[in-house]
Amino acid sequence: MEPIEGKAYMEQNKRSRGMKERHYWEEWTGRIYTSVCVVFLVAVIVSIVYFVASKGVATFVVNGVSLQEFFFGTKWSPDGEPMSFGALPFITGSFAVTVLAALIASPLSLCAALFMTEIVPKSGKRILQPAIELLSGIPSVVYGFVGLTVIVPLLRDVFGGQGIGILAGCLVLSVMILPTITSIMADALSSLPGGLRESSYALGATRWQTIARVIIPTLLPALLTGIILGMARAFGEALAVQMVIGNAPHIPQSLLESASTLTSVITLSMGNTAMGSVHNNALWSMALVLLLMTFIFVLLVRLLERRNRI
Amino acid sequence: MLKKWPFILMTLTMVFALAACGSANNAAPQGDAATGTDNKAATELTGNILAVGSTALQPLVEQAGQKFMAVDKYKGIAVQVQGGGSGTGLTQVSGGQADIGNSDVFAKEKLESGADELVDHQVAVVAMSAVANPKVGVADLKKDQLVQIFTGKITNWKQVGGADQKIVIVNRPSSSGTRATFEKYALGQKTEDLPGSIQEDSSGTVKKLIAETPGAIGYLALSYIDNTVTALKYDGVEANVENVEQGKYPVWAYEHMYTKGEPKEHVKAFLDYILSDEIQKSDVVDLGYIPVSGMQVKRDADGNITK
Repeated sequence: MEPIEGKAYMEQNKRSRGMKERHYWEEWTGRIYTSVCVVFLVAVIVSIVYFVASKGVATFVVNGVSLQEFFFGTKWSPDGEPMSFGALPFITGSFAVTVLAALIASPLSLCAALFMTEIVPKSGKRILQPAIELLSGIPSVVYGFVGLTVIVPLLRDVFGGQGIGILAGCLVLSVMILPTITSIMADALSSLPGGLRESSYALGATRWQTIARVIIPTLLPALLTGIILGMARAFGEALAVQMVIGNAPHIPQSLLESASTLTSVITLSMGNTAMGSVHNNALWSMALVLLLMTFIFVLLVRLLERRNRI
Repeated sequence: MLKKWPFILMTLTMVFALAACGSANNAAPQGDAATGTDNKAATELTGNILAVGSTALQPLVEQAGQKFMAVDKYKGIAVQVQGGGSGTGLTQVSGGQADIGNSDVFAKEKLESGADELVDHQVAVVAMSAVANPKVGVADLKKDQLVQIFTGKITNWKQVGGADQKIVIVNRPSSSGTRATFEKYALGQKTEDLPGSIQEDSSGTVKKLIAETPGAIGYLALSYIDNTVTALKYDGVEANVENVEQGKYPVWAYEHMYTKGEPKEHVKAFLDYILSDEIQKSDVVDLGYIPVSGMQVKRDADGNITK
């Protein structure tokens, strides 16, 4: 009895060792493949950050532009005598446009998301979701062109002045970030922890009470995540804004006067300036500011996610 | 230990991959040179030409490139054209990444170093004119009036005999070649960006804004001007091809195609082709440029004009 048992045991052991070996190699090919991809990704990110940072810092280190001049100077005149590189008009422009666009788009998005998930969940999923995804698929040059042909003349007729400016920019942007914010909010709303909604109804609360007192407070961090991602998109958008904002390198007196954002100045001038010139480096410094802002937005989202989990 | 070696392997793979990328880049120009010399004996030229830069010149180079590659004699040569702006073109040709750098301005106006190594090939002339919204009621401006408008000293059209309408300047960004040409030859001085002025780089957008914005003034290449905007005479001289060729109308600039040193054989074949009558008399004119062969005056980088 015993020898047979031992033989069978050995046989089984051998087979399982073969299997084990094969799994071992499968495991490692998979691991190597994914690790290569990860390392490649990390290398790309690190080199992008390094490239932008080294060029952006050169403005201050090599060309001797002071940080104070760059961040607080209001005069941008890279070809003037003397040259000056005050980027404050662009930084204020970027923030003004982003914040205003978020202020316009967030309430609309919240309502759309609530409508899709709480009020008509079925047709919301079937009709509204694809419609909103469609909106995010439209190229930004189309938004820019529509802004230039429809919004700018409209503003000019209604308010007078140039029509071009921060107001036109933030209107175009608010439409562009609407799908981002709405879909993230809708996802958040449909992932409401089980039972909360039902318990609220069971206590006799109306639908509006449930939405206002239970659903929104519970999901606030997730909803804010949507807004911040929308703002990140607005902050980085270049083409559409460039077409409708006017691009004068000055802090405007009104919302209807030509203004600039960081992205619009970069796209307007980058190709025309020679690599390594002060003007070009100053544009890279602005790109660095954009990159750092993106980091801050990502950081905020992470913080909110952490709060959301608790 | 066993856990670590796949990572080592992976790191090595990465290093090799990166090294391969690097050497491939370095090898490209050498490869071109080699094919250029190898085929000297044969009648057919082969090689790749990469032309990068000015978006104003891009349509012409693209169209000429298509026709060039269709010619039997040159079918071994591949021409690739990219935009990116004059600054990019000059930087890349100077750095050896591109064979030809397209530019709206002379290289020494843009590059801080390395402009001496570049050889200039002027392939066309672009003339531009100040244009205004049709409703401003002005069709002719003196140089002095134009300067005062673009420096913000004149702010209403009635000051130059037009309608009572605030002037809105539609400018190009300060780095633009079109703006450099306009400032140099129409205004004779650099101007600052004024608050409230609009800046756009694309001629199409500039035209649209001037046509639609009340009181707008800007400048456009002749090929972009149509009846939606008013082309303003400059000191009484109309901006047209004849006046530019005879040297009566001063606001024009060459379109340059720079090579680093004298061009290689296949690049030279392409440049010669663009300067041939076949392109100069048809494509150049069709696309709204002025053939360089028709110019009765010449101009150097400092703006000195010779007959």
